[in-house]
Amino acid sequence: MKKKHYFGRGAMFLLCAFFAVAFLLPTVLTITNSFMSEAEINSNYGMIFSTTSGGYVSETVNLKLIPDKVTFSQYVTGLIKSPEYLLKFWNSILLVLPIVIGQVAIASVAAYSFTRWRGKLRSGIFFFYVILMLMPYQVTLVPNYLVSDWLGILNTRWSIILPGMFAPFSVFLLTKFMRRIPYSLIEAAKVDGAGEWDIFTKICLPQCRSALYSITILVFIDYWNMVEQPLILLQDAESQPLSVFLSSINSGEIGLAFAMATVYMIPPLLLFLHGEEYLVEGIANSGSVKG
Amino acid sequence: MKRFSLKKKKEPARELNEEEALRRREAVREKRRDFGRSLCFLSPSLLGVGMFFIVPFGVVVYYSLIDGVGSRNFVFLDNFLALFKNSAFLMAAGNTLSFSALAVPLAVVLAMVLALMLECRIPLKSQFRTFFLSPMMVPVASVVLIWQVLFNYNGTINELVLALGGGRIDWLQSDYCQWVVILLFLWKNLGYNMILFMAGLANIPRELLEVADVEGASETYKFFAIKLRYLSPTVLFVTILSLINSFKVFREVYLLTGDYPFEKLYMLQHFMNNTFKSLDYQKLSAAAVVMAIVMVVLIALLFKAEDWFGKDVEG
Repeated sequence: MKKKHYFGRGAMFLLCAFFAVAFLLPTVLTITNSFMSEAEINSNYGMIFSTTSGGYVSETVNLKLIPDKVTFSQYVTGLIKSPEYLLKFWNSILLVLPIVIGQVAIASVAAYSFTRWRGKLRSGIFFFYVILMLMPYQVTLVPNYLVSDWLGILNTRWSIILPGMFAPFSVFLLTKFMRRIPYSLIEAAKVDGAGEWDIFTKICLPQCRSALYSITILVFIDYWNMVEQPLILLQDAESQPLSVFLSSINSGEIGLAFAMATVYMIPPLLLFLHGEEYLVEGIANSGSVKG
Repeated sequence: MKRFSLKKKKEPARELNEEEALRRREAVREKRRDFGRSLCFLSPSLLGVGMFFIVPFGVVVYYSLIDGVGSRNFVFLDNFLALFKNSAFLMAAGNTLSFSALAVPLAVVLAMVLALMLECRIPLKSQFRTFFLSPMMVPVASVVLIWQVLFNYNGTINELVLALGGGRIDWLQSDYCQWVVILLFLWKNLGYNMILFMAGLANIPRELLEVADVEGASETYKFFAIKLRYLSPTVLFVTILSLINSFKVFREVYLLTGDYPFEKLYMLQHFMNNTFKSLDYQKLSAAAVVMAIVMVVLIALLFKAEDWFGKDVEG
């Protein structure tokens, strides 16, 4: 009986290991391949990016985990010699940072309101926020486009930043966190004569510091990866973020693209490695749309 | 609080002395002040949401009912009827629906399997959790290169297929493309869903499972009779979340294959993008309204299903 149990767990472990390799491999391959020289990249994958799909070439593709010779030349080219990629990286930062900061700030105030005071009207508004949160881009992009057009901010960063700042996702998540703060804490502060703003900044915010961090990571990852909004709201190729621009590589620059793909991964990767526990807690707490 | 005031009301008015009247007035004033404060805190968000989502969506609904942006000619359902005759829209809607219908159940079931696997006491559990979650932080644009190397006609997967004695398959330009994209979707989203299920599993009362163990219940019985019941709110949430994320798969498709992919991968977002290029407001508005209605109906149905399934589990 016990033996069978061990066997089952061993099999489970192997299965998990197999999945783990499958989940990690694409990321790891991208990173290791960024250290290949242009020549090695071209001899490995040249035939894929030079021919249009469907054409058959006799050369075989050579997917490699470890480069023959490790070189940083791609990074030197991408980061120092040609400013183009760096400019797009900067575009991404200019788009994402204001959204993250604005969304978390606005949402924490709104979440405090939803937590502190209840009422028919306000729970109706909260329900509406949930519905809005569940709407896909295909629905929200048309209204966003209209407003940007009216305000004359179409084709500028603000057409993406402003709607992003008011996205209801963080409001929803933060409200769920704040409702866990013991009410007696707020009550006690009130008896001591603290104003609402004091209660909010001195009691509520410190209490949900980890929640704020996990929401920051979630929002950052989501917008760092954006494709839909810039495609529609930014016609100008110059102002596109790297998440869109990376796909328009030339066949001669695959090595460079690998290096820039890796560079683009670094900010979310660092956030992920540093805040994984918070992130997991944040995801786990988003676990239900009800209540 | 409420009962207190009701009781008071029954008593004759003359018994209310001045002090009590004052207190009551003060309570009403306090309530009003609270309402004002709550609006103060809510107003930045509410103003933004109103300005960027609610008001323009109202205009979108209006646009979907008239025959041109400048005109005030109500045509009611004409735009919708035209949309339902538009072959590009029908193709995009069909593809998106069929993709979601395949990808969402897979994303729910496989994530649950992963969570149950990690629940067994295996070594390196927290490392596995990290590994499974890692794809969610990788931007699609960063891994698209590797997907191309793998799924190209001359790519690595085809090399493997050839080595195993099969023939080359054009993964991205044939009916297989849908499964390729489902694979990419699962790769990215399973980790997040798995965390949700792990949290749901952790919330199941231990005593219940212990009692089941003592009574000699089988693993299968424990799963269907206890775990699945308690997981039903999580299943609902993961389903809704996966549904929303399945509309975002346009990213993968666009970055892999561009504006005009193989027919089977022409998604609703492609249709929207191409309609934006011609700025046909009537078509865009009608499509957005139809999608909003479909989403609300789908979510309401999911809620009803969960209510029915999890009705005898409290909390």
